[in-house]
Amino acid sequence: MSYFKIGRQAFIAAVAAIGLAGPASADGHQVLDSIHFLIPGGAGGGWDGTARGTGEALTEAGLVGTASYENMSGGGGGKAIGYLIENADSNHGTLMVNSTPIVIRSLTGVFPHNFRDLTLVSGTIGDYAAIVVGKDSPVNSMADLLAAFDANPNDTAIGGGSVPGGMDHLVAAMVMEAAGKDALSVKYIPYDAGGKAMAALLSGEIAALSTGFSEAVDLAGAGEVKIIGVTAPERVGAAPDAMTMKEQGIDTTFVNWRGFFAAPGLPDEMKAKYQDAIAKMYDTSEWEKVRARNGWVNIHNSGDDFLAFLENQEKVIGDLMKKLGFL
Amino acid sequence: MLEGLLIGLQTAFSVQNLLMVIGGCLIGTFIGMLPGLGPMSIIAIMIPVAISLGDPSAALILLAGVYYGAIFGGSTSSILLNAPGVAGTVASSFDGYPMARQGKAGKALTIAAIASFAGGTVGAILLMVFAPALSSVALLFHSAEYFALMVVGLSAIAAFAGTGQVAKALIMTVLGLIMATVGEGALFNLPRFTMGVMDLQSGFGFITLAMAMFALPEALFLVLKPKDMKGSEGDIKDLRISRSEAKAIAPVIGRQSIQGFFIGVLPGAGATIASFLGYAVERNIAPKHEQDEFGKGSIKGLAAPETANNAACTGSFVPLLTLGIPGSGTTAILLGALIALNVTPGPRLMLDEPQIFWAVIMSMFIGNLVLLILNLPLIPYIAKILAVPRNYLIPFILFFTLMGAYIGQNNATELLLLVGFGICATALKFADYPLAPLLIGFILGGMMEDNFSRSMQLYDGIAFIWERPMTLALLVIAAILIILPSYRNRRARARARGVAEGD
Repeated sequence: MSYFKIGRQAFIAAVAAIGLAGPASADGHQVLDSIHFLIPGGAGGGWDGTARGTGEALTEAGLVGTASYENMSGGGGGKAIGYLIENADSNHGTLMVNSTPIVIRSLTGVFPHNFRDLTLVSGTIGDYAAIVVGKDSPVNSMADLLAAFDANPNDTAIGGGSVPGGMDHLVAAMVMEAAGKDALSVKYIPYDAGGKAMAALLSGEIAALSTGFSEAVDLAGAGEVKIIGVTAPERVGAAPDAMTMKEQGIDTTFVNWRGFFAAPGLPDEMKAKYQDAIAKMYDTSEWEKVRARNGWVNIHNSGDDFLAFLENQEKVIGDLMKKLGFL
Repeated sequence: MLEGLLIGLQTAFSVQNLLMVIGGCLIGTFIGMLPGLGPMSIIAIMIPVAISLGDPSAALILLAGVYYGAIFGGSTSSILLNAPGVAGTVASSFDGYPMARQGKAGKALTIAAIASFAGGTVGAILLMVFAPALSSVALLFHSAEYFALMVVGLSAIAAFAGTGQVAKALIMTVLGLIMATVGEGALFNLPRFTMGVMDLQSGFGFITLAMAMFALPEALFLVLKPKDMKGSEGDIKDLRISRSEAKAIAPVIGRQSIQGFFIGVLPGAGATIASFLGYAVERNIAPKHEQDEFGKGSIKGLAAPETANNAACTGSFVPLLTLGIPGSGTTAILLGALIALNVTPGPRLMLDEPQIFWAVIMSMFIGNLVLLILNLPLIPYIAKILAVPRNYLIPFILFFTLMGAYIGQNNATELLLLVGFGICATALKFADYPLAPLLIGFILGGMMEDNFSRSMQLYDGIAFIWERPMTLALLVIAAILIILPSYRNRRARARARGVAEGD
């Protein structure tokens, strides 16, 4: 995923936007004067791109006066969470970006906190997961993959761009569980980046790859890989030929979301303003520009929906991780 | 192909595009000198500017200028200040910095500029001629071969294992390998050896360690042992390369352009591995008296990694342009830029949009050429940095290193780590332990472990070593590279004894 996010790009554009959008924002629909974005990782990563892209759209559309950004890496994101909780009172103007790993890392105890310690603002974008195989692979559907797995689980290695117990592994395990197989016997091979995992798939080192849908869609369009299953509830417009897991009798869905959190104890009216600004953002052409540039999928979950969504995801992932022995 | 070249040339030689490439080269060179900002961050900074141009060819030409400028700028800080800002230029400091210390900074920069130009240009030619055929080369290597390739790369430490130094060099290498295991491992998603410190969870930062091992001890050395540093005080002499020197480095540049390019084509390897391998291979095939020069200011030792890393950067465009797979962080960012410009790299790019493909190739040639033309006259001025009086230079280096460690991550803990490791490194330097092997071990260690553990999982054990012929071959080469020098040494010693006895 990470290579679709161009951190500084958004930053500079946003800086430019502060200058340019100044007069334009006086037309009365401004919701907030300013937002300070806290980014738990370094410049150029996925979180960075999400925060700066959102800030760019919000300011250019005139919904927010100015946006500022702060990168606070450390502890795989845990440092920023701790900072926001410890300095809650002075951070009412701050929004922190985060994503599915906050759920996973809180479960494993990498983070001493979890999402309940923060104020949930809104989930904004997401990406479905997909299982893909190389173009020359005899496998054409999930059924073929499951048959190959049944015949020889050891030779049916599934790779991914995350550590074992990380997102790509959990998706592969989730799919196999839902298909009635033993997730523990899935041979998962980790790579340190999505691109390298894709190269390994094409070189024939692994039989299938668990990856983000948006990462696979271009290569699938070019005929280099076949998407054999998407974890979306229904087919996605960008690849209408790619079957969902559900269609193939595997009852599972998964969204890798990204969203925004605020300091604990944030007054409700502030929270409502943030949610309002984000909700209005979806209808602007400025957001559409940022979204299209990055290949993001709009998946808007605000307030209580966001909580219910996270709790459900935490339960599903937690059960799976227990089963896999990571908890 | 000729037609394509003409399209590319036509695009490239407009006034606007020439200005783009000149501007890009200058911006890249100067920002690239700052250790915290490698080619990746500089390209990321320039992308919005490039996208606002609207014309994909012009945008790519600008970015190529920035890219090549940044690589050259990174070499400059490695050579002049021993402050390698990117892993790919670490090997350039092995011999580049000693040359600068001997007052040959100008010559070192000239060699770096020429080697970079040659590596980049030969790489671009190979890319132009063979790109479609090379996509299969990019997919040739599995994790097992990558592991073996890292082992070959590790043999570069031999250059620091001079007489009586073998044990010390090995200790430092192992220390580097150990330090690479801190943080989240490849096989587990749990932190290792972090002692509960959250800031260690993602491991030690490369820049932090590079600055702590190389730049900071140098600066402290300048303060603690001012007498030893006389050499750097002298005027910048020796700007030109003599004819015999040119003859000596020409075959090195030729070999490394090709070797570096092919290593760059592999998505799991890249410029860093290419530079270490280039250094190791050139040292091992050099004649005995030149071999001893490596690590002490050998022109070959500088030309090899400089050529290899530039050729590899060009090579890394093969998987990007032919398969749409980014093999390195920089190509990943470029992929993002291309997509934003509505260009989808992949097997169909050459057929659907040949003008983009040729614009990329032409931008490489022009970027390299303009960089050479711009920098050769600038080198005397850049080298003058070293003529700055020491009481101004030292604070400057300290500022430079500390900022480098902080700038990418905005994490103040990096500064504490930098100073702590810097002090340890200075102590080790006083005890005459070579610090380069530690950094080589650290850089290669993580990748080695990842690839090793993947192969172990895929083959349920170490069977991959003999089941995969290429892995075995690479490991045999590594063994030869390690054993050969000591065998040669022993034979030389035996011969010397024989002569003595004969008297």
